[in-house]
Amino acid sequence: MVNLSTLEAPPITIAEPGGDPIRTDMIIIGAGPVGLFAVFEAGLLDIKCHLVDALDKPGGQCAELYPEKPIYDIAGIPVCTGQELTNGLLKQCGVFNPVFHLSQMAEQLEKTADGLWRLTTSEGTVLEAPNIVIAAGGGSFVPKKLPLPNAEQFEGHSLFYAVRKMAAFANKKLLIIGGGDSALDWALNLQPLAKHVTLLHRRNEFRAAPDSVGKMQRLVAAGEMDLQLGQITAIHGDGNQIKSVTIKSNEGKDVEFECDMVLAFFGLTMKLGPVANWGLNLEQNLIAVDTEKFETNVPGIFAIGDICTYPGKLKLILSGFHEAALMCQQAYHYAFPGKKLVFRYTTSSSELQKKLGVT
Amino acid sequence: MGQIIVTDLEGQEHTVEADDSMSVMENLFDAGIPIKAACFGCCSCSTCHVYVDPEWLGKLEPRGHEEEEILDMVLEHRPNSRLSCQIPYNDALDGLRVTLALDTKPD
Repeated sequence: MVNLSTLEAPPITIAEPGGDPIRTDMIIIGAGPVGLFAVFEAGLLDIKCHLVDALDKPGGQCAELYPEKPIYDIAGIPVCTGQELTNGLLKQCGVFNPVFHLSQMAEQLEKTADGLWRLTTSEGTVLEAPNIVIAAGGGSFVPKKLPLPNAEQFEGHSLFYAVRKMAAFANKKLLIIGGGDSALDWALNLQPLAKHVTLLHRRNEFRAAPDSVGKMQRLVAAGEMDLQLGQITAIHGDGNQIKSVTIKSNEGKDVEFECDMVLAFFGLTMKLGPVANWGLNLEQNLIAVDTEKFETNVPGIFAIGDICTYPGKLKLILSGFHEAALMCQQAYHYAFPGKKLVFRYTTSSSELQKKLGVT
Repeated sequence: MGQIIVTDLEGQEHTVEADDSMSVMENLFDAGIPIKAACFGCCSCSTCHVYVDPEWLGKLEPRGHEEEEILDMVLEHRPNSRLSCQIPYNDALDGLRVTLALDTKPD
């Protein structure tokens, strides 16, 4: 028996972005719980899978929004956390060697001359398969952006929501906004490199790891970093270069603060993204499917989990598991045209047990 | 039963019939008010963020620790910021006035 509470995150195969097109049987968009269980169900039918996810880790909302929160309605598991469920699913599907393409968004979908789907990601990874499975939950996780009217003109030049190259911040007067792990980690990592780092947060309490908070407080006490309490209310600059920002203190006083670059961490939000432009029937930003095959209006494109809708749909992980199993029955025929599909139980089928590596 | 008066992101005011078996967020969502509520009550995102009319603020239970942490991620925090999923509706809140914050914007 596997004990979920002591199971560590199993190792996974993460592909380098870009490279030559990869041919597989099923491309799963979204590596959340439902996408991971789809890998397992597909594996039992010899369907090989590649997964694409915008996050840098598998687990979707379970890993990003509530890794420590308890889930009580997974059949047969009285209680587990989001991360424990993710680890269990990774362990379960790991036997089928899925390949993960992380930190990239599924962008462009087209049909190839030989009737396959070709998916291109935001990092230039190209995947080809007869089956596309959209298991994207509430959409791709993307950073929340500053709601200031001119913020966009600075984005990517002097305003950032993530760090791609640390060198870009060398010798800059840097303002980092936020109180979570991203804000604190980058404040600590960039402090030796930047000309000066100021951390801006709305209150003098931080949800980041206590160790990082302690390090930050020691740097502030030593005068090597500044901490300001308040909120950003305006950005000033020329073209794409920030010159200063207005900070409203918690006492309501506006202060102009000079800086070259701003790094803002307001957490993540979910957006349907490019999938909305693939010609699929949508109902209020959800993808309409049938309840036999969980196929969309486009043959070979399926949607399962929170992102799909049909009469009576419930956004529960357990519903997504059921949808994954039925979807695979149809996907099999696209992966292996003309081949007969025999229904078997893992409990009794020596063939399935061989695939699972248990005999 | 009672009412919640909500101002949406366009400044439009709506009166919603509210049920005391649901949170303020659930009542707004149920009534078709455009509120993202991505995690749907798990206190894990900030997409049900509302500004509570100051006159009503004192009638609410104070913010919990988890709610306070999630409010660190809102785009514009105000003293009357609350996550509407963390406010259980009850008859004493009949006439409650809230304004949707930018974080609630659906895609």
